[in-house]
Amino acid sequence: MARKVLLDKAHIEGIRYYDTWRKNGGYAAVEKAFKMAPADVVEEVKKSGLRGRGGAGFPTGMKWSFLAKPEGVPRYLVCNADESEPGTFKDRYLMEFLPHLLIEGLIISSFALGSNRTYIYIRGEYAWIVDILEQAIAEANNAGFLGKNILGSGFDCQIYVQRGAGAYICGEETALIESLEGKRGNPRIKPPFPAIKGLWDCPTVVNNVETLAAVVPIINMGGEEYAKIGVGKSTGTKLISACGNINKPGVYEIDMTQSVEEFIFSDEYCGGIANGKRLKACIPGGSSVPILPANLLLKTAKGEQRLMTYESLADGGFATGSMMGSGGFIVLDEDQCVVRHTLSLARFYRHESCGQCSPCREGTGWMEKVLTKLEYGKGALSDIDLLWDIQRKIEGNTICPLGDAAAWPVAAAIRHFRDEFEWHVNNPEEAQKRNFGLAHYADPLEVAVG
Amino acid sequence: MEFSKEKLDKVQEIIARYPEGKGKSALIPVLHLAQDANGGWLSAEVMDYVAGLLQIKPVEVYEVATFYSMYNLKPVGKYLFEVCQTGPCMVRGSDDIIAYIKEKLNIGVGETTADGMFTLKTVECLGACGYAPMMQLGKYYKEHLTREKVDEIIEECRRTAAQNN
Repeated sequence: MARKVLLDKAHIEGIRYYDTWRKNGGYAAVEKAFKMAPADVVEEVKKSGLRGRGGAGFPTGMKWSFLAKPEGVPRYLVCNADESEPGTFKDRYLMEFLPHLLIEGLIISSFALGSNRTYIYIRGEYAWIVDILEQAIAEANNAGFLGKNILGSGFDCQIYVQRGAGAYICGEETALIESLEGKRGNPRIKPPFPAIKGLWDCPTVVNNVETLAAVVPIINMGGEEYAKIGVGKSTGTKLISACGNINKPGVYEIDMTQSVEEFIFSDEYCGGIANGKRLKACIPGGSSVPILPANLLLKTAKGEQRLMTYESLADGGFATGSMMGSGGFIVLDEDQCVVRHTLSLARFYRHESCGQCSPCREGTGWMEKVLTKLEYGKGALSDIDLLWDIQRKIEGNTICPLGDAAAWPVAAAIRHFRDEFEWHVNNPEEAQKRNFGLAHYADPLEVAVG
Repeated sequence: MEFSKEKLDKVQEIIARYPEGKGKSALIPVLHLAQDANGGWLSAEVMDYVAGLLQIKPVEVYEVATFYSMYNLKPVGKYLFEVCQTGPCMVRGSDDIIAYIKEKLNIGVGETTADGMFTLKTVECLGACGYAPMMQLGKYYKEHLTREKVDEIIEECRRTAAQNN
């Protein structure tokens, strides 16, 4: 059994409520942290090797140490609960079933960073989870773990939940800050980074839900102990939300010692491919990371077994590897059409582009159009090259990473499944007959071909 | 439309979450309140009212209301079916669910039934990929959808509506 430090109490009945949480060792980490100096808490997080769990994988302790501390200026901690990357639903699970784990992590992190007002920015669709979090916050207030002079430390802190209103882009930290200021979610140009100039122009740290929850076990066991879990620089545990054509979709906590093969086929995790089908491909880290065909997914190009670690999933770069990303693990069986799936993702990114940068605003629309043509058997071989060209012109040419996120899935699909794109061109009648895709368009080709 | 006393108090409570002078941050939460109070959509009149409440320019409200997908800028039915159609839901059969709802309610995507009861909308990933296919209905998610489950949901909505009348 893999070691669990986040979901280890998830099975306990009533763990959502303060009394049960407290009885099971809850808020011990807060008590421990408040006996330390804030800088020492940051030091523990550094030692733990914890990396941002939202997708970028940036070392959390380092991010915290960048926070500017000018005299007399408030600092803010913002929890990014805008979970919107297709394939990702792990933060929802944490907040829904273990709200006090997050609140505890937020209190400790707020103390470490000196944030007296801390915000949880949650995607608007998770409306019922807002109630769960607000109840947990109220319980923590009653118990004296929030509010004025927490545990006699002289430190004040309050946590507020802010609901978004439907925008993937608000998961990008500067777009999130804009949204929290009551504006459109248009990402800001960096620098300045939020650590210097963030929410209301004050120094701000934005961290993912799972990252902040992980601060609790880090304080409980100590950063060095936490760093012993996992493999190499992939320390600790990671939540993986598994979905697609598998027998057991759900949220799993792994200690990053598992191989991809074990994760997909063992009964402890995905339980194999549904309906007795074969594994075709997988997008292992949320929709924006490169899709891998089964052979490259299970073994690296060097022929080594691929592991569920940041390093191993990325082994081979984008040529033959992928990324851990957000841990949104999307499995496709042999019946799935990669062109169709890529089209679905391209439509997603077109819909979610904020429209600030031309390469992304125009390019995502073009990719959707060209992919629709191809999927419905109206494409030419040159369209595959055109598609490649468009994604190349988006990548790296935008203010925020949404452009890259839109370009990568298209690039990887062509890289590994070019034959399937060509099949659509060479077998137009069959491609049309399958009547795949986008059921909502009266005539999908009207959209693409005009 | 004007807010009830209770909603006005809620607005003040929301504004108090932010530092002095940063009341504009309340815009997105207050627009949610306004949409709920206005039968599920935001008219220009409602947006102007919100601008007045928060003492900001109407255009600041419009630009936000048009950016976020949860705000409906035209009237919707009593029950809004927001069916996810992104990749992970698609591979679990969301296309079939969308087609079935269209057939069953005899409406297209973005349309409302003649009796004003149902509106069908397709949405992008709602973070329920492991429980696909799914839709949002009001505050909650309906997951693991099948044709039978869609039938039940429609029935339940009709029953609830009849009881409330």
